[in-house]
Amino acid sequence: MPPKPRLSRETVVNILLALMLLAFPLGASAMGETFYITLATRIVVLALAAVGLNIALGLGGLVSFGHAAFFGLGGYVAGILSTHAFNAEPLLFGIEGTTSMPVIWLVAVMICGIIALPIGAISLRTTGVYFIMITLAFAQMIYFFAVSWPAYGGEDGLSIYVRNEFPGVNTAQPLSFFLICYVLLMLALGLFWLLRGARFGAALEAGRQNATRLAAVGIAPFNIRLVAFVVSAMMTGIAGALFADLNKFVSPSMLSWHMSGELIVLIILGGKARLFGPVAGAMLYVLIEYALGGITEHWQFFLGLILLCVVLFARGGLLGLLAGKARHG
Amino acid sequence: MAEPVLEIRELRKNFGALAATDGVSLDLRPGEIHALIGPNGAGKSTLIHQISGSIRSDSGTIRFLGQDMAGLDMAARARLGLGRSFQISSLAPEFSSLRNVMLAVQAKQGSSLRFFRPVMGDRSLTDPAMAMLERVGLAERAHLPAAELSHGERRQLEIAIALALGSKAFLFDEPMAGMGPEGSKSLTTFLDGLRHEAPILLVEHDMDAVFALADRISVLVYGRVIATGTVDEIRNDPEVRRAYLGETA
Ligand SMILES: Nc1ncnc2c1ncn2[C@@H]1O[C@H](COP(=O)(O)OP(=O)(O)O)[C@@H](O)[C@H]1O
Ligand SMILES: [Mg+2]
Repeated sequence: MPPKPRLSRETVVNILLALMLLAFPLGASAMGETFYITLATRIVVLALAAVGLNIALGLGGLVSFGHAAFFGLGGYVAGILSTHAFNAEPLLFGIEGTTSMPVIWLVAVMICGIIALPIGAISLRTTGVYFIMITLAFAQMIYFFAVSWPAYGGEDGLSIYVRNEFPGVNTAQPLSFFLICYVLLMLALGLFWLLRGARFGAALEAGRQNATRLAAVGIAPFNIRLVAFVVSAMMTGIAGALFADLNKFVSPSMLSWHMSGELIVLIILGGKARLFGPVAGAMLYVLIEYALGGITEHWQFFLGLILLCVVLFARGGLLGLLAGKARHG
Repeated sequence: MAEPVLEIRELRKNFGALAATDGVSLDLRPGEIHALIGPNGAGKSTLIHQISGSIRSDSGTIRFLGQDMAGLDMAARARLGLGRSFQISSLAPEFSSLRNVMLAVQAKQGSSLRFFRPVMGDRSLTDPAMAMLERVGLAERAHLPAAELSHGERRQLEIAIALALGSKAFLFDEPMAGMGPEGSKSLTTFLDGLRHEAPILLVEHDMDAVFALADRISVLVYGRVIATGTVDEIRNDPEVRRAYLGETA
């Protein structure tokens, strides 16, 4: 083995990012600035969605342009279950709604998995631009379904009157809700790290680099990619449920292709396949949105410029700039 | 005579109007090195692709260890023991040499749907992979990304991968290309010993290596096998001399 520093530069950068993300709302809370806590929560939730996408896009090289479908589905699971619980109306087959976050997350994970399986199984028969287009098409189908289905608000969306509950925590308090999201993000990052380091991750990353090589050793790229796509969708689904609880609102915009694009942008900004790429990307994205959005309506123009610079000059994204090239043992 | 390990009958592949493989039949017997020679564009690589499953044949049969390969994709054939190297090497470029071989070890051990145990500390992967790198003389380059290896070294790495798969037949497409005379010589010695592990279908332009190694030679010209025989038979075959050896002599 070559000599390795005890903590790689990337690890140090990751720890610093995690601490900054935690310190910011704690400070804001101490100063009574709830708005900044909400801003930090937005970063955390978007980062969580992007960590999910990073499994497919970063590790697997599967540029899903339809992950808003899972983000939105997670959101609608939260909205629909809590609305039914709130109105004391059972859902189909007499199943009750719920305001319990853990139950909502579980349902979101299951629904996203069940829907991602056929979408993945069909989309993964294609690659490249066709894969991008098919995932987009599936997401648009779900988007138009949500728009045209009046039972849950159609185009207007669905409000969550009281934020859903977590045992032993007052979720109405912004900092508590932030901490729930933060812990989930850290767990998701831990899972990403484990997956990437395990046999599954090795096969997935090898398939991204060269699918022929993967097949030549006897591993069918399709199976590995399908599992990655489904796991990726599940994680993004949990983020969607949290996003709905953050805004106390869910609407078809969560399902729109803009949202899919935003998740991809977060990853490109932060650094593809990097553990903290989505975190760095979400921090940068939300800060740009906040800083420039206050000055000009056309903040996305500047976002575009930054994105252009990243693609042209810093392929590794923010993480690449801060921590250097990615290394594979 | 023992059953052939690999049995190819009347194999065909057209690219548009071009018959790249035009009714090829050949056998690979246990313990032998069967060299496949022929001018550029004769269809040697196409044939290797068809056997390994990366190109679908138009017609004909391929039997490997008595089993018909029809309908099996490349990954399935690799799992059954068809190990190959590519004329244009095909590796995971960002992974180190070691990780490229570890991927093969993991594939041989079975499921890649294992999600938690880190591969890097897993001796059941790293030890066999390192042993294969040592066998092909790449141990010193174990931690270098495959993209940073020389052309010759990439070929060696592909062979290490095929070894790690425990292949029951090897299909090597010009493994000596891009190697200096030193490298060719040591690879020749290596392949000479390897035939006892599993037979080798060897596509090669280096005639010294072919004549030194081959038990039998098949000559492919315009997608057809024009002769099959021992080294001496092929050297003295007038048609072969005219069609092929004459050009290089
Ligand atoms: N994918 C392809 N599409 C069209 N023609 C091809 C393709 N692959 C190979 N060929 C043609 O088939 C013939 C045989 O090529 P190849 O098998 O690479 O020959 P060799 O390996 O003997 O040099 C050549 O004329 C080549 O141009
Ligand atoms: Mg060739």
